[in-house]
Amino acid sequence: MIKVKQLQSWKASVSDTLYIINFWATWCKPCVEEIPDLVKLSKNYSDPKIKIILVSNDFKKHIQSHLIPFVKANHIGSNVVFMDEPNPNDWIELIDPNWSGAIPATLFIKGNIGFSEFHEGVLTYQELEAILKKTRQ
Amino acid sequence: MKKYFLSFLFVCYFYTSQHAQEIEKLALAIGQTAPDFNLKGVDGKLHSLSSIKNAKGYLVVFTCNHCPFSQAYEKRIIAIHQKFASKGVPVIAINPNDGEREPADNFENMIKRAKEQHYPFLYLLDADQRIAKAYGAKRTPHVFLLDANKKLIYTGAIDDNFEEPKEVKIKYLENAIKAYLAKQSINTPITKAIGCGIKWKKN
Repeated sequence: MIKVKQLQSWKASVSDTLYIINFWATWCKPCVEEIPDLVKLSKNYSDPKIKIILVSNDFKKHIQSHLIPFVKANHIGSNVVFMDEPNPNDWIELIDPNWSGAIPATLFIKGNIGFSEFHEGVLTYQELEAILKKTRQ
Repeated sequence: MKKYFLSFLFVCYFYTSQHAQEIEKLALAIGQTAPDFNLKGVDGKLHSLSSIKNAKGYLVVFTCNHCPFSQAYEKRIIAIHQKFASKGVPVIAINPNDGEREPADNFENMIKRAKEQHYPFLYLLDADQRIAKAYGAKRTPHVFLLDANKKLIYTGAIDDNFEEPKEVKIKYLENAIKAYLAKQSINTPITKAIGCGIKWKKN
């Protein structure tokens, strides 16, 4: 369970950890299709300095029935957090002023080099990798 | 010669990416006139904004059948229509999704959904997705409130709680409609909401 404050702290990070923050939901087909690529990325670049965080925008009443079974079946428990805010208008702008609120969407933050990149829509594995490589130059 | 050709390619690439950015910018801004359309409704007839008589405004809602956020707001959209259509601001619902990518949103299923849920408003199909692009719609539901001259006066979310209608504290959209009808300025003309990304046609 996370609140707006947690998003603010990732945004304000100055550490050398690359945060890949993906906004998704179990009911969102393109999101669910994108998750294996994010998992693959975390396996291929197994590095404590890379943190992939999957922020679920499921309905609260679906946590037990939809979210937890999905997380268990896909072994992504260590990556998933639940966005526990009722009003998306309070935090969408914070992630990126140009984000319409459509999911999936992904934010890349590496504070120590001032790296921040936002993408609305599905990213392919190649695109994910290309952005990750930009943070390593 | 090869060198010239390469720079020509570069220029082409440059123009294409610039073009893409311009299309993004073409999305409707507050105060801009929204384009009218001629789209087929679940009644089998073509409908445009201009064909709606005595409208004081138009509430264009991009929505669809399958998206859980659209479903969560469906009853609220019906209620808003019932409240404001008689005051001159009807809902015009438009499904922008590609029915091939998302069969639940094809035309037959639109007819079915509109019947089952007793839609009191027009439910139109944006088959070539041009209207969604022209309005800058990105997700479902995504609302655009237009004044009598089809100028955009509010866009974004319906209210501040998608999951619990009873816990809604701020009715962004209703507040905007009420302010407009009372000839007052709209305090919050742009809001954001989570929604299902529009299922664009695959090239």
